[in-house]
Amino acid sequence: MSSLSLAVRDSSTMLRRNLLHARRYPSLTLNLLLTPIVLLLLFVYIFGDVMSAGMGGGGADRSEYIAYVVPGILMMTIGGAVVGTAVSVSNDMTEGIIARFRTMAIHRGSVLIGHVVGSVLQSVAGVVLVGAVAVAIGFRSTGATALEWLAAFGLMALVALALTWIAVGMGLVSPNAEAAGNNAMPLIVLPLISSAFVPVDAMPGWFQPIAEYQPFTPAIETLRGLLLGSEIGNNGWLAVAWCLALTALGYFWSKTVFDRDPK
Amino acid sequence: MSFPVMPTSSRTDGHPAPAAVSAAGLRKSYGDKTVLDGIDLRIPAGSVFALLGPNGAGKTTTVQILSTLIAADGGQAQVAGHDVATSPEGVRAAIGVTGQFSAVDGLITGEENMLLMADLHHLSRSEGRRTATELLERFDLSEVAKKPASTYSGGMKRRLDIAMTLVGDPRIIFLDEPTTGLDPRSRHTMWQIIRELVSDGVTVFLTTQYLEEADQLADRIAVLDDGRIAAEGTAEELKRLIPGGHVRLRFADPAAYRSAALALRGVSRDDKALALQIPSDGTQRELRSLLDRLDSAGIEADELTVHTPDLDDVFFALTGSTDQPEEAVR
Repeated sequence: MSSLSLAVRDSSTMLRRNLLHARRYPSLTLNLLLTPIVLLLLFVYIFGDVMSAGMGGGGADRSEYIAYVVPGILMMTIGGAVVGTAVSVSNDMTEGIIARFRTMAIHRGSVLIGHVVGSVLQSVAGVVLVGAVAVAIGFRSTGATALEWLAAFGLMALVALALTWIAVGMGLVSPNAEAAGNNAMPLIVLPLISSAFVPVDAMPGWFQPIAEYQPFTPAIETLRGLLLGSEIGNNGWLAVAWCLALTALGYFWSKTVFDRDPK
Repeated sequence: MSFPVMPTSSRTDGHPAPAAVSAAGLRKSYGDKTVLDGIDLRIPAGSVFALLGPNGAGKTTTVQILSTLIAADGGQAQVAGHDVATSPEGVRAAIGVTGQFSAVDGLITGEENMLLMADLHHLSRSEGRRTATELLERFDLSEVAKKPASTYSGGMKRRLDIAMTLVGDPRIIFLDEPTTGLDPRSRHTMWQIIRELVSDGVTVFLTTQYLEEADQLADRIAVLDDGRIAAEGTAEELKRLIPGGHVRLRFADPAAYRSAALALRGVSRDDKALALQIPSDGTQRELRSLLDRLDSAGIEADELTVHTPDLDDVFFALTGSTDQPEEAVR
């Protein structure tokens, strides 16, 4: 068997194992989906009037703020889902079965690839679920074409891939699941300090660079552009560059850590 | 004791059996701590080899190196004709490993664990199902096959572990402390399993801290102590290494004890117990000549016991354990 078909075959076996885990024990994934949904409802129904008033110079209504916040919430859903990936990778590494995989004649990277593909699929499923909640409370895209919808999904899958590889690295270096959960926290916190809830211009001047120069802001702005027709500008290629860089970083980091001799 | 001595070092044609596992000068250290300090091994195909040693002797490290899990710092090793350092894939294709800690996926069922192994060995769906069913049956796990492996007892987990190792018919199997933590019944079941493996012609490399286990199962035993092989051979050869056999004479009367001690030279005394130990291999001829000597010296002991060496003597003598009373005959 060629090494590529070996890789594909073993990785899909590992993917099946991961999806089986997720199906048997869905509580972790569902808990992580709860955070963006609660934040969505909180910001729209509790803070919604204040937020809308602050945005459009007093004239904006609630539906306008829903439209503003949903792309950020969707990105946050991905951030939350990959925290689950860090936890499950860390859990998995403490299992004796990983040592068994290492002594078998299988594609070495398949364990990690199974985690990554499984995690991206779960992230996208999470986005669809949270998106359905958003639509239910009144979110509508403004004239997005089929191509723009496709690009929006592609962007979210790319963000999920990038964040997943980073989360896999975090899971691998964490000594236990709890530490992995803590280490992956920035992936949930970063969207909070991005343009997800308020525009960067509305933030204090000293804070604007922090919100501006991080991966979530260009990704969220691009998603807004695709779904709502706002200006995308440089954000499009910035988002793609962030994703590719994070994917490469996460991949090589994870591979290096995984290839080390286990303790 | 029935102990099957298999012809391991030579065959009838005079050529040595091909080695399933061989190692020369294996070294491994973690920081300042030297775990393996030059290990040499040669294990003929189709035999059972036991690596015997106390905790921390380096047994697990040896298995980890030979099974390509970790790299050695020095020396070399071949498994199934492949070098562990330069051709790990070749080694992995030939071996099955059951580590010291349970290597089953606790989140999925026993059956799913077996099918996972079948998929990773690239068996066809029907072949995988058949193998899984057969092995679950053979290891008495059919009834719990649909339950998550995390709910299994220690013995059941071990059996599942070995069943998973056997998917893909490995020719060389590493078992790291296969019976540690098992109750006596599960231990005997495990021994039976290992014996069956051998009758199928599989080479078994097992580690254990139980002398009885090595004695029961292994064709050859190496005693590992502090990162070095202290001795290697069949159980019988190892027992001969240590002249631990002796006759013990115990006296009730201190005066009789003292005169006997004077009359018999070359014996070791235990003044507190009023006992003498005379080296002896325990054969009828030696016992008769000893009794003749006692008779002619007019010595009459109150109690005479014959002590034949067992692997415990070998083990304690070789591993320099301090919790054993000073052995009289060295």
